[in-house]
Amino acid sequence: MGKTIAEKIFDSHKVDVPFGDIHVISLDAVFCHEITTPVAINDLVARGMDRVFDPAKIKAVIDHVTPAKDSKTAMQGKILRNWAKRNKINDFFDVGRNGVCHAIFPEKGFVRPGYTIIMGDSHTCTHGAFGAFAAGVGTTDLEVGMLKGVCAFHYPESILIKINGELPAGVFAKDVILTIIGKLGVNGATNKVIEFAGDVVDQMSMESRMTLCNMAVEAGGTCGICAPDVTTVDYLWEFIHNDFSSREEALENYRQFAADPDASYVDTIEIDAATLVPVTTFGYKPDQVRPVSEMQDKQVDQVYIGSCTNGRIEDLRVAATIIEGHKIKESVRGVVSPASPAIFSRALEEGIIKIFMDAGFCVTNPTCGACLGMSNGVLAEGEVCASTTNRNFNGRMGKGGMVHLMSPATAAASALTGYITNSNFYKSGGN
Amino acid sequence: MKNFNGKILFLDRSDINTDEIIPARYLTEITKEALQPYLLEDLALEGFEPARDIKPSSAIVTRANFGCGSSREHAPWALEVNDINIVIAESFARIFKQNMFNCGMLAVELSPADLDCIFNKFGGKETTLTTDMEKKVLQFTAADGNETISFEISDFDQALVEAGGWVGYAESRY
Repeated sequence: MGKTIAEKIFDSHKVDVPFGDIHVISLDAVFCHEITTPVAINDLVARGMDRVFDPAKIKAVIDHVTPAKDSKTAMQGKILRNWAKRNKINDFFDVGRNGVCHAIFPEKGFVRPGYTIIMGDSHTCTHGAFGAFAAGVGTTDLEVGMLKGVCAFHYPESILIKINGELPAGVFAKDVILTIIGKLGVNGATNKVIEFAGDVVDQMSMESRMTLCNMAVEAGGTCGICAPDVTTVDYLWEFIHNDFSSREEALENYRQFAADPDASYVDTIEIDAATLVPVTTFGYKPDQVRPVSEMQDKQVDQVYIGSCTNGRIEDLRVAATIIEGHKIKESVRGVVSPASPAIFSRALEEGIIKIFMDAGFCVTNPTCGACLGMSNGVLAEGEVCASTTNRNFNGRMGKGGMVHLMSPATAAASALTGYITNSNFYKSGGN
Repeated sequence: MKNFNGKILFLDRSDINTDEIIPARYLTEITKEALQPYLLEDLALEGFEPARDIKPSSAIVTRANFGCGSSREHAPWALEVNDINIVIAESFARIFKQNMFNCGMLAVELSPADLDCIFNKFGGKETTLTTDMEKKVLQFTAADGNETISFEISDFDQALVEAGGWVGYAESRY
């Protein structure tokens, strides 16, 4: 019997099988941020075990609230900063060099095909885009991961989702994943890995694959995963060129983590890309998804472009193309947060930041802030936000606020009109 | 082992998420105890008043996909510091469920039929839960009747409950 990507990775990292399908696996990387790590650090200190299994395999960033907004968030940063220093964790990204964890860690080359990664953050599934097994965990799993370099999981079952054909103009990775979540439901993939394949995934950039894998957790999935291919190798080449004599050799090596043709899946879903349209959410659950064309009367108070889902350079480029030469609606507050300093710099070089500013957007530093209602764009009661983020839970971006999830293209178009609007990229069929 | 007995708080809704259990604005706390006043603060559910209903409760009975959303262990911690160490549901989100057992707490899954039975018979009434970890039996007791329902947990989850959580379990083995 052949194996899925996740099964291959588990089998190459097995440490122990204490019970039934519980596999304790070794970790190639443990990622940390200032919200979920400090309690683990304090617990390790209290237990007299203030150490880490391998400082080179631990990466840490302050990203959720940065720069600190008050004494409490300053203390969270301080605990993480001092711990990183004590434990000689060199890859620690502090104010000025920090960005949203799931944007900055991949662009630093910390995610490789076949890796096992945990982080105390549910959107860790993003990194499956590289053919890695990456899962969000709680603080206790994180603590043991930091200390021992292991984590326990059920041996993974996978759902295969094949997206065949070509995406229509104006339909983006965000529309694809929101449509899939709408089909699966918010717990349709619980305890399962979602393996994305097909023509559309093959043609996607790494940024788009990260958008796709990022929201696997919104369907309950443990990890989203894409087979490593030439796009993966090209993205990583600057970090791996000393490990392989050529890109071809790297690709050949990484192919060991592609699924076997006779791999077994608990479910296979085939999607014809031609049938996909731009979509947005309409309720408080990410599986409540509708075509943008059915939501066009919905007024918005704020448009937010950023986050680990859609704050990367290709997202900013698409949004900037739409708003260039225009002003956002007077009644709309536009907020854009490039997800990392590298993305911010690139956007500056390409003139994208100026386009946003000329249109009336506020450009913030890279941070998770507004996505979870912590800073930099929190909603007031009764306000509506068109957002490129990943969660529309009641109160997510601020108590009493309503969030509509959508692609950067739809968000940008909505900023111009003041209500949820399809972008000019999209020409609906037949009209 | 923690205490898995006491008065039940009924939350008759599916997909209660981690933002409802403990809103992100309280994630700036660095001790579990500091979360105590904020449990379920943002849960809008008819008949539920956090200030009135949480204090006397030691168990939660709810529907499907409890704890979906964020990985924040602040969610089980907020329960734990309110002396609620057991949640009974049709299903749980993966990370939340693992976090419960990692803290030595108990996340029990029952069939929709069993939950219907419990909600129909006890919902809205003062009901006490008694958990027998050896026999794997839950006993529900109200003034006008009682019900006994057996449950299953995996050997691994049982080991975590007995070890008081994953740190204790892993420390001696890995």
